[in-house]
Amino acid sequence: MLTNRSEVVVKKEMSLLERIYIPAILAGMRITLSHFFKRKATVNYPEVKRPFSPVYRGQHVLKRDEAGAERCTACGLCAVACPAEAITMVASERKKGEENLYREEKYASIYEINMLRCIFCGLCEDACPKEAIFLTDRIVPSTFKRGEFIYGKDKLVEKVDKRVDISKRQTQTVLEFKQNKKFAHNRLYTDKQLKEKH
Amino acid sequence: MLAFLIYKLILVVAVFAVSLVVAMYSTYAERKIAAFLQDRLGPNRAGPFGILQPLADGVKMFMKEEIIPGTSNKWLFILGPSLAMFTACMTGVVIPWGGTLTIGDQQYPMQITDINIGILYLLGVVSIGVYGIMIGGWASNNKYSLLGAIRASSQMISYELAMGLAIIALVMHTGTLSLRDIAAMQTGWHWNIVYQPLGFLIFIVCAFAETNRAPFDLPECETELVGGYHTEYSSMKLGFYLFAEYINMFISSAVISTLYFGGYNMPFVGRFVHDPNVLAVLGSVFLFAKLFFFIFFFMWVRWTLPRFRYDQLMNLGWKILIPLALFNIALTGVLMYLGGRLH
Ligand code: SF4
Ligand code: SF4
Repeated sequence: MLTNRSEVVVKKEMSLLERIYIPAILAGMRITLSHFFKRKATVNYPEVKRPFSPVYRGQHVLKRDEAGAERCTACGLCAVACPAEAITMVASERKKGEENLYREEKYASIYEINMLRCIFCGLCEDACPKEAIFLTDRIVPSTFKRGEFIYGKDKLVEKVDKRVDISKRQTQTVLEFKQNKKFAHNRLYTDKQLKEKH
Repeated sequence: MLAFLIYKLILVVAVFAVSLVVAMYSTYAERKIAAFLQDRLGPNRAGPFGILQPLADGVKMFMKEEIIPGTSNKWLFILGPSLAMFTACMTGVVIPWGGTLTIGDQQYPMQITDINIGILYLLGVVSIGVYGIMIGGWASNNKYSLLGAIRASSQMISYELAMGLAIIALVMHTGTLSLRDIAAMQTGWHWNIVYQPLGFLIFIVCAFAETNRAPFDLPECETELVGGYHTEYSSMKLGFYLFAEYINMFISSAVISTLYFGGYNMPFVGRFVHDPNVLAVLGSVFLFAKLFFFIFFFMWVRWTLPRFRYDQLMNLGWKILIPLALFNIALTGVLMYLGGRLH
């Protein structure tokens, strides 16, 4: 026997009472009627929304810093981390006078996420060293055209006057995990150390 | 004479309109009840509580593209659903919808016509209903439709036999074929269910089979027959078939209430209310209350029981219900004889 929950099937003749079926039918109807008065499981969606977990992984946001400059430095780590290969970007160099727009000297002039490829795993968020990309509790809306699912910077970068709150995802433990130099993934290797490794 | 005609005309239109409206809202009720029995909410978007849902469904049905298959027999293809709808509406004629209104010195019974063989008329029209399905299925020129139609017609014919036999026992008990007389006999608590419990059981099982409703909804079967006899139908012709089922259900409920549950008779009320007109109106209300309960019952059963297998269906019809109905006739005869001896 493979499990202790299996039951031996016996083909036994039904008794007359069972063959009349009426008691069984009445019992069944009693059960369904009791459900008639039970609380309904339906959530009336557009009016009532089920609460999302604060760390729900929905549509991405590219953050700006306090001064309003984009945090992303087009390092490409998110694209490398992405198992679905949903992220593409083109890097550019920051010109003079653009310091208020881009936080680092290099920035992403094009940054696209294909929402049809994305599996919302959140690995891009884990990979980002600049705290630039986060997943939020917004749902990617459906559209009729494939092209509309490729989200560019116009949709991804948060608006200066309409910041997206990600404080729930950026707890102390998360920050520590990302920045603590004791963890191997945050360590910067010297050239000598690298040579030893290989 | 003219007054008589006008009164009959009003009655005809009223019965027709009521059947349609009740059938329309049965579709709504069916979806709501199904949902409630399954812990859901059902349609609740069109109007408050989804009350306009049947209208939306109707508009949808009308707007759909009308497809008549090229290989079908066009006239029969159109005749099928028309016949189904027509026969469904025809049965309401003989049912006594209430007592008699007295206005001035004129008597106005709330029944379109009281033919003295009302029950035979009922059975006759119900059997014509088979043709609607049969013709529709055959004219579609499609294997699924044909098989579905064959299933439907053999099922309906088989269960009509048992139904007829159950009614014979009832007729033996009441001694009349007129539905009005049968209803009038069941004053107070002398409902026929008390005298014919077995007959009632057989009758209601057959009524389920006749209306092609679960657990006897074999004519439609996605896995083997796609849509059954209405596979090829679209738009309002499909709507007619589906709608006819609900009208049939309404009429069946009315017939069950009239034959076995006292029709428009109310126990006790006669003691408190003496105005015959008020009594007649109250009687209609009471009849409709019973009728709605049976419509609910139809749906309740549908959303509780799984369906039969086809051989089980035939076994139940021929090997169980018909012998049982015959036994019921014999039993009724013996009891009547003994009862006669006692008096
Ligand atoms: S959530 Fe996962 S799949 Fe989506 S872009 Fe980020 S890494 Fe790629
Ligand atoms: S979002 Fe983060 S990981 Fe991705 S390119 Fe920008 S800085 Fe690098």
